[in-house]
Amino acid sequence: MEFLKEHGSYPDLRVNIGSLVLQNPVMTASGTFGYAREFEPLVNLHRLGAVIVKGISLAPRQGNPPQRIVETACGMLNAIGLQNVGVDRFLSEKMPYLRGLDVPVIVNILGDTVEEYRQLTERLVGVDGIAAIEVNISCPNVKKGGVAFGADPQMARAVTEAVKTAADVPVMVKLSPNVSDITILARAVEDGGADSVSLINTLIGMAIDLRRRKPVLANVIGGLSGPAIKPVALRMVYQVAGAVSIPVIGIGGIDSAEDALEFILAGASAVQIGTANFINPRVSEEVVEGIAAYVREHDLQSIRELIGALEA
Amino acid sequence: MSQHQEKARIIRFEQLSEDNVRLTLQAPLIAAAATPGHFVMIRAGNGQDPLLRRPFSLHQASSNGQIQIYFRIVGRGTDMLAHCRVGEVLDVFGPLGRGYRIDRQAPACLVGGGLGIAPLLFLAKRICQSGRDHHRDLVILGGRSSGDVEPLVDDFRQFGLSLQCATDDGSFGRQGLVTDVLKAEQLDPGTVVYACGPEPMLARVHRICVDRGLSCQVSIESVMACGMGACLGCNVDAAGGGYLHVCIDGPVFNAEDLVWNS
Repeated sequence: MEFLKEHGSYPDLRVNIGSLVLQNPVMTASGTFGYAREFEPLVNLHRLGAVIVKGISLAPRQGNPPQRIVETACGMLNAIGLQNVGVDRFLSEKMPYLRGLDVPVIVNILGDTVEEYRQLTERLVGVDGIAAIEVNISCPNVKKGGVAFGADPQMARAVTEAVKTAADVPVMVKLSPNVSDITILARAVEDGGADSVSLINTLIGMAIDLRRRKPVLANVIGGLSGPAIKPVALRMVYQVAGAVSIPVIGIGGIDSAEDALEFILAGASAVQIGTANFINPRVSEEVVEGIAAYVREHDLQSIRELIGALEA
Repeated sequence: MSQHQEKARIIRFEQLSEDNVRLTLQAPLIAAAATPGHFVMIRAGNGQDPLLRRPFSLHQASSNGQIQIYFRIVGRGTDMLAHCRVGEVLDVFGPLGRGYRIDRQAPACLVGGGLGIAPLLFLAKRICQSGRDHHRDLVILGGRSSGDVEPLVDDFRQFGLSLQCATDDGSFGRQGLVTDVLKAEQLDPGTVVYACGPEPMLARVHRICVDRGLSCQVSIESVMACGMGACLGCNVDAAGGGYLHVCIDGPVFNAEDLVWNS
C-alpha cells in the first residue's frame, strides 16, 4: 500500500470483469450517456471505469412516438423504443471519437433474432477501440425480440452463445428483472459463455393520465428506472452473485458512492450509473471520487476487498 | 456553445401574478454563453422526489452575470421553485438547445402567449441591441388575463419596440387571442415572426405565416429528462418524417419543419 500511495495509484480501485481490467468500478449505463461525446463538456471521461454507449442495432431505429418519458415517484418511465443510428453509422460516425477516448468503450447491442445478434457482433469484430460488448436481451419496449430473449432461459443462452462465438472481446449480458427468478436467466447466460452479467435493466411499468383517461406513454408501458428501483436491483444482484461464478455488474438507481458501495457489498464487481446521469451529468465522476474517499477512509488495500463482503 | 453546471444564487424573487413567478439568479457562466431561445435545466430541491430537472427557457441573460426564468406554478417542481427565497442556491445546467436565429436585416414580429412570453424578453433585448432602426418591429403579447401580460409590459417597453397586447378575458389590452392581433397587423413582407406559446397558438401562428409567406420560428416545450440529447425522451414529429428532439434540434424550430395538428 505504501508503494501505491507513493506512486499515485492509491487508492487501488481497479476491478476485473473477466479479462477486462477497469481502473475503477464505475461505468455509465447504456442509453443514459449518449455516445459519450454529449458529456465531454461536463465530465472528465478518462476518470471513468468504462462508458457503455447507446444500444446499437443492425439497422437504424426511429424509436417510439412521443410521449416517451414520464417522471414517477423517485423515478421515471421511459419507452424510447431503442432509437439508434444503426451499426454502419455507429462505426463511421461515433467510433472514431470513441476510440480516441482514454477510457474503455463497451458497445451495447440489440436485435430481434439470434441471427441479428450474431451479424451485429461480426460487424464489431476487429474494430479498434471496443473493450467489450454488452448484450441487451432485456429491453421491454419492442414487442418482438427484447422481452422474449430476456425472459426465456433457452433463448437467452442461444443469444449469448451466438454473440460469444462471434465476438473477439469479452461479452457482458444485461439481464431483465421482469422474470420470476433472475438467477435462472443468469445461469443460462453463464452456461452460454457470458464473461459477465449486468443487472438490472428497467422494471416494466405504466403511468395513466387521469384527466385524458389515457396512458401517458404512447407505447402504453415503459421501463421504470431511478432510485425507486434500487432495493429491487440490490436484491437481484445479491441473488445473482450467489448463483453464478462470473462477475456481476450492478445497475439500478445508483446516484451516489454510497449506493455504488452497497451494490459492491452485495456482490457486484462493478456498477453502472444510469438515470442519475440525466439529473447530474457529473455524477459518474463524483461516484468515482466518493468510492476513492471511502477506500482511503477505511484503509482498504483495494476496492476489491469489498466485493461481496456483505456481513450476513 | 459551452454548457455549465452552476450553483446559482437567487438574487431576486418576483411573484408577478397569482400563478406566475420570476426568479433572477446569479449564473455568470451560463449568462455569458446564452443567446435568446436557449434553455436551462434546474433542479427543484436536492432530493430524489421530484427526481428530474425542469426545463426553463431563459427569460433574460445579462452581461452582469444574471439570468432570469419566468414560469407558472403547474406542478410539484415549479411549486417548490416558487417557494425558494432570495439567497437560496439552485443547481442550474445550461445554456442548452438551439435558440432563435435572429435575422438582423428583416423586420421582427415577436408573438408570445402565456408563459410563452418568457423567452421573448431576451430576444427583444438582443434584437434592439443590434442597433438597427426598429420602427418596423412589433411585439404581440397575450394571456388568459391581465396577470399574464401586464406585469411584463414595462420590461418590453424599455427596449422601445411597439407593443400590442390581448387577453382572453379582455382585462388587459384587447379581448382576444394574440393570433387575432397578428392577423390584423399589416406586417412588411419579409418580416420574421418569432413565436412561443401553447401549441394551438403556435399552430395558428404558423398557418398565418404560411398564408402570408412569412418566415416563422417557434420555441416549443416538451417533457425531457436530460436536456442534452442523452435520454432521447423529447421527440416531436418532423415534417419530413421521423422525429426531431426538442433539446438538441430545438427548442426553437422553423415552424415548417414541424408537424402541426390543428
